[in-house]
Amino acid sequence: MGRRLSTRLLRVSGRLLVGLILAFIVLPAVVVTIAAFNERAILSFPPTGYSTRWFTRALTYRDFQTGLWNSLVVTAWSSTLALLVGTGFAIALKRYAFRFKGTLEGVLLSPLIVPHFTIGLGLLMLATGIAAGQGFPVLVLTHVIVVLPFVIRSVFISLQNIDGRLELAAASLGARPGAVLATITLPLLAPGLVSGWLFAAILSFNEFTASLFVTSQATQTLPVAMYGYVREFADPTLAAVSVIYIAVTAALLTFANMVLGLGRVLNVEQSR
Amino acid sequence: MTPAIRRRPFLPLFVVPAALVAIAITAGLAAILRFSLHAYVPGSLDVGGFTLDNFADLARPIVLRAMRDTVLICFETALATLILGYPVAYALVRTRSALLKSVILVTAVTPLFLGEVVRTYAWTVVLGNSGFINATLRQFGLIDRPIQFMFTEFGVVVALVHVTLPVMVIMLAAALAHIDRDYEKAAQSLGAGPVRAFLTVTLPLSMPGVVAGFTTAFAWTFSAFATPQVIGGGKVGVVSTLVYQLGLSSFNFPVAASLSLAGLGLALGTMWAVRRAARPLEAMGGH
Repeated sequence: MGRRLSTRLLRVSGRLLVGLILAFIVLPAVVVTIAAFNERAILSFPPTGYSTRWFTRALTYRDFQTGLWNSLVVTAWSSTLALLVGTGFAIALKRYAFRFKGTLEGVLLSPLIVPHFTIGLGLLMLATGIAAGQGFPVLVLTHVIVVLPFVIRSVFISLQNIDGRLELAAASLGARPGAVLATITLPLLAPGLVSGWLFAAILSFNEFTASLFVTSQATQTLPVAMYGYVREFADPTLAAVSVIYIAVTAALLTFANMVLGLGRVLNVEQSR
Repeated sequence: MTPAIRRRPFLPLFVVPAALVAIAITAGLAAILRFSLHAYVPGSLDVGGFTLDNFADLARPIVLRAMRDTVLICFETALATLILGYPVAYALVRTRSALLKSVILVTAVTPLFLGEVVRTYAWTVVLGNSGFINATLRQFGLIDRPIQFMFTEFGVVVALVHVTLPVMVIMLAAALAHIDRDYEKAAQSLGAGPVRAFLTVTLPLSMPGVVAGFTTAFAWTFSAFATPQVIGGGKVGVVSTLVYQLGLSSFNFPVAASLSLAGLGLALGTMWAVRRAARPLEAMGGH
């Protein structure tokens, strides 16, 4: 009986602890939402009055508009390129032996450990060296480099879950390698490809540190524009942008969770 | 093996694009190496002759202090993240309610997909002198003057813990999810209480995830720039902010390059040491 009581106590305090930690995670989002509707230009708590004028300003501020557009363009290019490059490499990594395989894998996964500011600085130096400047090609290349490890990993994990015998069966029945790839491998890989692409796109859209080094005023992405704003102004405009960001991201993730099963994508489902 | 596999169809198509990206990564690092070994010419992005002075330049107190503080902040952040992340990961994997699982997952993971800038800004609103915490404390009459959180190491670490928590939760949850629950049930059926079963079975088995999560949190914190820059406000100097100052504010590419390389060496060296020290821990999880 005493043991059951202590077990229950343990469970309650465990729940309380997890609740508190989740509150810590949510706290900034809640606070920033309150701040975004603050009427006055100076942040203060509790707000003296409510207004939506910071949202209006956020949506009409030029740097945010161009930043958003640049971000969308760069994200579309880099996540798609990373998906193409990463899928091919993950298949080769899983299935083939070839020269410099280990070296290539090490270099491509290195952005997981090499700080983004180092990657950004290197590409900035490279770009100034070949007079490419801070244009879109260098920016897209930077994003591909940064998100590629996640795509490779995501596709690689999906490949592990494919039964290789299906491909062998197709091949032994006379399907050419191209047909096997198109009718067996890629369709079976589809969920991994979707999650890899989604992951790459979200990470690219949010990438900041490396982008800061390789963007100019004309090519700056939304996070870079936001960083520029926070350095110059202290009004709640950025709070309004943050609220939009948080709302869209949370909605996308809830959606992804319902449709794809986020737990499966992130590989955190209890296996048995 | 069938001939189809031995023939390696589409090998060039699969590998050449990746090789090009790898070349770009290598070229970027090579550019840093080149700049780090050449003299700085003030007012120009071109460099002078070969020199090792840029590395000798790093022996200044401000740089050494930044390096020490960076490692300290990374350690504190990774440790705090581990302690906060474990219970959440455990609850995420073990809860039987599908709704609760979704709530925990989306709550814990959403910050991962919010950029460093949004999260850092949000923390300035929480931690500022007239921010949420100080205003609340003042309203309840607990303080007269605001507590200084901004521009302190403590404030930076709090925000960084928030930044690295999602990754930690995911890595720990992945490790916990792949532990066979039967081990724990076996321990309990043999008379171990839930605490003892956790401490002697589940926790040791999750050690590889703990070590992986810790080193990843360390690497992420080392890479963080916006958080120490904005919350630290120049008072908390770390390697990333110093590299930015040197590289993009004063356009001293050579010293920025040598500091980047030294920082990379420092990060890799520390992570290698952590991994080595944790080897006995990791061995506990080996099945």
